[in-house]
Amino acid sequence: MAQALLIRSGRVIDPSSRLDTRADVLIENGRISQIGPGLKARGAEVFDAAGCVVTPGFIDLHTHLREPGREDKETIATGARAAAAGGFTAVCAMPNTTPVNDSASTTRFIVETAKREAIVRVYPIGAITRGSNGEELSEYADLKAAGCIAVSDDGRPVQNARVMRRALEYARTFNLPVIDHCEDLDLSKGGAMNEGPVSVAMGIPSAPAVSETIMVERDVLLAEYTRSHVHIAHISTAGAVDAVRRGKARGVRVTAEATPHHLVLTDEAVRAHDYDPVTKMNPPLRSEEDRQALIAGLLDGTIDAIATDHAPHTTEDKVCEFDCAAFGIVGLETAFALCHDGLVVSGALDLTRLVQLLTAGPARALGLPGGILEKGRPADITIFDPSESRKVEPESFRGKSRNSPFVARTLVGWPVATIVDGVIVFRSR
Amino acid sequence: MTGTWTREHLLGIEPLSVEEITLILDTAVQMREIMDRPIKKVPTLRGRTVVNLFMEASTRTRASFEMAERILSADSLSIQAAGSSVAKGESLLDTVKNLEAMTPDVIVVRHSSAGAANFLARTCHSRIVNAGDGAHEHPTQALLDALTLRQAKGRIAGLKVAIVGDVLHSRVARSNIHLLTKMGAEVTLCGPPTLLPQSFTSLVSLNWHFDEAIEGADVVMMLRLQQERMTSAFISTLREYHAQYGLTLARLKKAKADVVVLHPGPMNRGVEIASEVADSKSSLILNQVTNGVAVRMAVLYLLLGGGRE
Repeated sequence: MAQALLIRSGRVIDPSSRLDTRADVLIENGRISQIGPGLKARGAEVFDAAGCVVTPGFIDLHTHLREPGREDKETIATGARAAAAGGFTAVCAMPNTTPVNDSASTTRFIVETAKREAIVRVYPIGAITRGSNGEELSEYADLKAAGCIAVSDDGRPVQNARVMRRALEYARTFNLPVIDHCEDLDLSKGGAMNEGPVSVAMGIPSAPAVSETIMVERDVLLAEYTRSHVHIAHISTAGAVDAVRRGKARGVRVTAEATPHHLVLTDEAVRAHDYDPVTKMNPPLRSEEDRQALIAGLLDGTIDAIATDHAPHTTEDKVCEFDCAAFGIVGLETAFALCHDGLVVSGALDLTRLVQLLTAGPARALGLPGGILEKGRPADITIFDPSESRKVEPESFRGKSRNSPFVARTLVGWPVATIVDGVIVFRSR
Repeated sequence: MTGTWTREHLLGIEPLSVEEITLILDTAVQMREIMDRPIKKVPTLRGRTVVNLFMEASTRTRASFEMAERILSADSLSIQAAGSSVAKGESLLDTVKNLEAMTPDVIVVRHSSAGAANFLARTCHSRIVNAGDGAHEHPTQALLDALTLRQAKGRIAGLKVAIVGDVLHSRVARSNIHLLTKMGAEVTLCGPPTLLPQSFTSLVSLNWHFDEAIEGADVVMMLRLQQERMTSAFISTLREYHAQYGLTLARLKKAKADVVVLHPGPMNRGVEIASEVADSKSSLILNQVTNGVAVRMAVLYLLLGGGRE
């Protein structure tokens, strides 16, 4: 067992236990043994957290680790290192790998590789349908037994409402949330950015916001009808937020996540980056009205979690013509700084709520362990410095890919240490 | 002639100032005179090399650039590469980097992706002329349209211009919107809402009814309708499109008596424009083609150092 660790003099924030106080945290045998002022522990390693905030470990509900199949973009090991550098102690791995994680054997490969090589916890997500083809259901009982915590056809969303209905019904048996990337592929066909004044001015083929909203409305209705749990991935439109809000008010089991980039950028960034595909992702960056609706959704609890949709790509996939480029940006290493800088420093969100959206929020949304600081629990802890100002430098990324629109931006508030099971897996100082 | 040219590239009309547009047009007037000489050749760009890289089918624009290059005595090389870079195996960037390793002075590029010219200007070191990028811009087309209008009307400011048809997919429309509004014309866009979404109001006013949009117009600029728009549900039938948005003589009567008609080509006679209009006295369509050469001569001349004080 690891050496005892004493985190000294930090501001400890744990939204679940309504804790916000200056205190020490003592970790022994990989678990939290005490939280309180002036703790002493002989022989313990001391981490000086003065000026820093100590919180439960961040949990990312939406990560593309690319392994198996696209190890040139990311591996379970490098993705986990990127996660740790971003303050995440656990990530949920999307199943759109090669092969698709639609079987217990692929799930076991991920679990075992993670056990060997990942410095953070990795929770696999299984596919809703075999091969994510949108037709036949995968084996949910087997997937769950092998370690899947949810199912999703992220990136190849289920178009057929009958299949989605069956998936929701069947998943309920095993208490598996169904995560949906909501997109009507007919409405969005050919779209490389959000439809609106910017796409019109730039002449880029576009997808309308309603191509997302219409599927969120469908999913809320299906979740209501089947009494199952649907989780809306990377929600990005005002209409979708409204659909989730109305669903929750009716008691539908619907949860939702939003990404840092949709919270801080709009489609104006596509123009500002002069056709550089670093601003190309799916769902695309939306309008300011949509962005404001997302922030309102964070504030009133409609949105349960902030999730990165970390999507690493090779240079060849991103240094090209805009409409030829792959969708997606890396997000793990900049997520906290972006949200802190863009939402907390600007006064849109208070710090405790941001911590909640990265910890207890995601844990509760998908029923995952963690997200709380409590005596006796595994010591998954994130320490960040809310006043550290630093430029985003892709050379320092731990992940394999560099596709970020935030390169060279100076952001305030960075993770300084990440602790998993009482072991420091990342520290910046 | 006023003003100097300092830009390395011509990527679009949007970034240009009124002075820069005027400089190109004034230069083009001088170039146009060369075309009327018995010996249509000047040594201005002798020893300069231009590569015309056309990654999308083009007859008129490519021929026009080649003609401009020959009149100015530049050495030129045209490459017609079909298909997108991804389908071809070699990326656009590699194609261009290989070409520029042969040290041309200018690369003229036509590509199906919006922003392709901006991308190359950002990542390469050659001078880039955008000869059309997806639905983004086609700056030399807007410039030749402007030159044609100046010849016919003596001015651009104050003209009522209707741009009609498939605005959504049209780089010609976008470049013209920028140019005409910068130069003080009053622009109205017209087309069915499927091909002219509401978002265009952020640029300029629009009207979905041709009979209203054409009223009192000094200029009607028709856009090409690609026939595949029918199969993708943008329009109903070509017959109904022609009835609603086709330019006929009867409809043209609602415009000013001295109205002029432009079309960037290639025309679909009987679809967006009736033959009786295309071949009428109001039509400046062939003048546009002649002016295209002059405008491209002016652009190449300015980019290669002409007009620098």
